[in-house]
Amino acid sequence: MMLEGQNKILEMRKRIALNKLRDHIFWMIGLLATLVGFVLLFTLMVDLLIDGLPRLGWQFVTSYPSRFPEKAGILSAWVGTTLVMILTAATAVPLGIAAGIYLEEYNKKNWLTHLIEINMNNLAGIPSIIYGLLALGLFVYFLKLGESILTGGLTLGLLILPMVVISTRESIRAIPNSIREASYALGATKLQTIRDHILPYSSGGILTGMIIGLSRAIGETAPIITVGALSFIAFLPTSPVTSTFPFFSIKWLFDPFTVMPIQMFNWVSRPQAAFQINAAAAGIILLFMTLLMNGFAIYLRYKFRKRIKW
Amino acid sequence: MKRTFFKMKEKGTEVILFLSALSTILITLSIVFILFYEGLGFFKVVSLMEFLTGTQWTPLFAQPKFGILPLVAGTFLVTGIAVIVALPMGLIVAVYLSEYAPFKVKEIAKPILELLAAVPTVVYGYFALLFLTPLLQKLIPNLSGFNALSPGIIMGIMIIPYVSSVSEDAMKAVPMQIREGSYATGATKFQTAFKVVIPAAFSGIAAAFVIGISRAIGETMVVAIAAGMMPNLTLNALEPIQTLTAYIVGISLGDVPHGTVMYKTIFAAGITLFLITLFLNVLGFWFRRRFREVY
Repeated sequence: MMLEGQNKILEMRKRIALNKLRDHIFWMIGLLATLVGFVLLFTLMVDLLIDGLPRLGWQFVTSYPSRFPEKAGILSAWVGTTLVMILTAATAVPLGIAAGIYLEEYNKKNWLTHLIEINMNNLAGIPSIIYGLLALGLFVYFLKLGESILTGGLTLGLLILPMVVISTRESIRAIPNSIREASYALGATKLQTIRDHILPYSSGGILTGMIIGLSRAIGETAPIITVGALSFIAFLPTSPVTSTFPFFSIKWLFDPFTVMPIQMFNWVSRPQAAFQINAAAAGIILLFMTLLMNGFAIYLRYKFRKRIKW
Repeated sequence: MKRTFFKMKEKGTEVILFLSALSTILITLSIVFILFYEGLGFFKVVSLMEFLTGTQWTPLFAQPKFGILPLVAGTFLVTGIAVIVALPMGLIVAVYLSEYAPFKVKEIAKPILELLAAVPTVVYGYFALLFLTPLLQKLIPNLSGFNALSPGIIMGIMIIPYVSSVSEDAMKAVPMQIREGSYATGATKFQTAFKVVIPAAFSGIAAAFVIGISRAIGETMVVAIAAGMMPNLTLNALEPIQTLTAYIVGISLGDVPHGTVMYKTIFAAGITLFLITLFLNVLGFWFRRRFREVY
């Protein structure tokens, strides 16, 4: 009788030890799985740096693409990326902030706003290449904007619009109602409340969302290929500043263009190793830009979270 | 006088803001309209039956065949590999971050995981083609230079953050008392996580999985670079294949005159892709709404 009881206790202890062991093993597996992502990111960076760093230099940044890999560069690509990004921000940011404000501050609970919300979730899940097809049919052929910088900017603007809207809404939602009520109590109208309180207090969050959206747009390749950006552009767009009256020109909007990721794609899909080295060098710059933007966004989020305590 | 001006300004702003919000619906409508407007011409040339059941996709041949199955198979093959990597890993990461990791680890790990999703996909493509494929070829000698395996693995790691962050949110929504009840009966964290928290957060985790799958299906550049550009009705991950997305990119790279059959094929492929991802998005939305209702 005694023995049986002791056996049971022993068995139970064994089981407890086993369960604890499992717990520890899983803890380690979890940590390892989380590290896999870091390891990949690290390997990727080191691989790119080893392949491409020797190629980076002044000549690479100031040369047009060329048939000779050692003469080729990314001048037209980075200029194209910069111009497209300006247009992307100009499209997505005002539209996204306005839509976000409407959905949070004016949200009348009816079927239409409900539909807008469901639709927003769906838009964020549509593959980027579908946006490219939309732009090809709508901007390039229907609106006849051509395979231009304007088309590229509008396409990426639509693509990141849901991201801007969602981050605007999230940061507006974080503002407590008491702020609004205090403003109304002083006789401010809704518009004044939004302009003087809601927007300034949510600007950090909105800025973060905007930067993350743009960092995604900078690396987007597929939709830009679909609208027909070329990969071999050996000239720069028309200068926006002219020497004669009215001293500016919008002709550049309609110029053909290329962007960094397309230039990289073009090089990586060539069989010659020398071009793939160019691809790595372009990849370093691209990766550096996106990581820098994301790092800045993370820093901003951290800073604003620390500073603002309602 | 001033009052009416004030009122008009208020009303005017509201209208502008409303129109901005409405424009997002306009985007969806235009996508559907353009896809079908440009794609319908294709179905005048090719019957829907041939499109859906044909086993060859050779639009560039003198006698072109338009069966979408090879592209769909390629898409699902790469997605399948990505899912095998991303779902278990994403779930493990989510359990670790939500149940095990101390606050400081979380604070560092989550932004870095997010960076994984921020790296331009063309860079991942470079990595898959010129780093992972040669590495895998040492292990699997008959692996072709372009294959489904290598981009599939990279895509899997790429979508881990999508899966893990939504799953973690779902687990965080499980009330603490439920966990404490489990601990009180003597369960370990491991038992609590897998027998209590995961079942309780099931529909949220299901939503995360569906979102991850949808991402993988729509991913373009990694496969366009590293999977080859060969429509191939196969389940062999060692062979070159082509996905729906890669086909659209491949054709767009060349000069496609507006209105030709070739131009319409990319919209036909686009419709297929759009419908598949739409189905998954709706499914994910449904799951997510269900888990919100529970607590």
